[in-house]
Amino acid sequence: MIAPREEFKSWQSGVAGNGSGNGSGNGSSYGAVRSSEAKLVKKTDDSLGGDLLEVAMGPHHPSTHGVFRMDVVLDGETVVKLKPVFGYLHRNHEKIGETNSYLAAIPYTDRLDYICSMTNNWAYVHTVEKLTGLQPPERAEYIRVIVAELTRLVNHTCLIGFLVQDMGALGTPLMYAFRERENIIDLFESLSGSRMMFNYMRFGGLRCDLPPGWIEQAKRVVANYSRFLDDYEALLSGNEILLARSQGVGVLKKDLAISAGVTGPMLRASGVNYDLRKVDQYGIYNRFQFRIPLGEHGDVFDRYMIRVLEMREAVKILDQALAQIPEGPINDPKAKLRGLRPKPGEVYGRIESPKGELGFYLITDGSPNPYRFRIRPPSLINLTILEDMCLGQSVADAVIILGSVDIVLGEVDR
Amino acid sequence: MLGSGLIKGLAQTAKNFFGSYHDPARMVTVEYPEQKRVVPEASRTIPFLVYDGEDPELGLRCTACKICEVECPTQCIYIVKNTSKKPDHVGKMQFHPATFDIDISVCMGCGICAEVCPFDSIKMDQVFELSTADRFESLLLHKQQLAKPNSYFGKIHPTEAGEIDIRREQDKRKAEAKAKADAEAKARAAAEVQNAAANSAAPPPSPQTVTPA
Repeated sequence: MIAPREEFKSWQSGVAGNGSGNGSGNGSSYGAVRSSEAKLVKKTDDSLGGDLLEVAMGPHHPSTHGVFRMDVVLDGETVVKLKPVFGYLHRNHEKIGETNSYLAAIPYTDRLDYICSMTNNWAYVHTVEKLTGLQPPERAEYIRVIVAELTRLVNHTCLIGFLVQDMGALGTPLMYAFRERENIIDLFESLSGSRMMFNYMRFGGLRCDLPPGWIEQAKRVVANYSRFLDDYEALLSGNEILLARSQGVGVLKKDLAISAGVTGPMLRASGVNYDLRKVDQYGIYNRFQFRIPLGEHGDVFDRYMIRVLEMREAVKILDQALAQIPEGPINDPKAKLRGLRPKPGEVYGRIESPKGELGFYLITDGSPNPYRFRIRPPSLINLTILEDMCLGQSVADAVIILGSVDIVLGEVDR
Repeated sequence: MLGSGLIKGLAQTAKNFFGSYHDPARMVTVEYPEQKRVVPEASRTIPFLVYDGEDPELGLRCTACKICEVECPTQCIYIVKNTSKKPDHVGKMQFHPATFDIDISVCMGCGICAEVCPFDSIKMDQVFELSTADRFESLLLHKQQLAKPNSYFGKIHPTEAGEIDIRREQDKRKAEAKAKADAEAKARAAAEVQNAAANSAAPPPSPQTVTPA
């Protein structure tokens, strides 16, 4: 039966609810279970003299969202083995971070997940603030939440565009997504000066204050965005082709998702209620009313739907933040731009980036540059269970499963 | 009914298609070489050097302090200090760069150099048509290509440039006032010394005695 799922109906009304969405608690033991028992794998039909076929999909395959290779072994159309191969876009980010000053690492973090530069900035400065004890003022915290949620809108809209393009919707939804993204990118450009590589956040604050009229423009963009989301959902959520292609495809079990360390919308689509905005409540997220959408089936459709719903919640957070933002300074008076030399120590800071838990791990030895600079990229960790989701599916499904993982190779390879 | 979702989606597409002829919200593209979008004031691409007055060599604000060279994340700036000094806007003698090169094939336009510069010298440009036929020579910008007048800076970043101009003008006035006060104090001190010397010696000759009869 092809139909949109009823459990998401209650979310569409746009009313802020209490609690954290539909329940997650049919208390499963979160033990380590590999789902790749390969029950689904068909045996080769020897009567036809068929043979398994090894195909290297990528690194130049258009469906791989960058330079990524899937070495798949196919039995006819069915995937029986899949090996993700990455590293083509490796550019020594972590080592550069160890040789550069703390300040000079910020523009490099822009280039990790180049669609969500603002959240990358935030994750890094959040980590260094944890290390040095700098405290951004109220206004800076609000601006950070606003730009992070706008980034979430950009990321999820584009991801859905790419995902349905992988399903064969050639361009139309993606072009709509990019048209809407343009409004947000314009906001970011007038704020930070760049359209993608913002380099906006600083330890204990921000680089510059909002230009005049920015809040009003942002309010307009956000108001239009919920209208656009209605349009986008009318275009896609009920579409029978999308439903047929995505429901029941690429199922990721709750236990496997937890034991593999999957985070972000991938994990929540599998029904685990884990969002660092609620768990850590970093920044000032405890001041806003929002819910965490959860899926039940953990398939591609749930992952699609979770992202749509997260965008609606992001719009709610933006409405609240844009209404509440106070006047005031944007930098900690103790913060200085150059010559940061934290005391020896180590720190792990993490935030909920649109793709999942983005963490930075720093070891400092009192010198002007970190001794160790390590990133926990959500895209890479979420990619590790690709084979478990793809086994027994057809090649065309493997493509959309990869699309639903939401990877950006800049972050996977670093 | 199977297919109703498809039809609903097609209605959306139709709405967007016809909207793209009359709805400004749906007309988003700019026909680039003929039309150009107005970039916001904060927009930045590559760095340039500001100079005051007419002469790029004489009015260059850069003092070759090399802070930008040290802080640049990609290390694309190369500076050689000149041995001679020249006066800056407040009349203080400062070094200036003999060589100031920026390799814009390496520069990532992060703007940290402009942020850390204590002399308001290096600022971010808004030019974006930077393609050249040559990979190496043309993308290594020298001091001559990088130096741009303050009036250009005022045109692309009016708010920031206005603030800097006011501050520099104040600095200059303060320096002038200080120089004047210093000169007066010196003159006074000299006069006092002279007076003291005169008082201790014979009284000064009256004008009548000096004028020839």
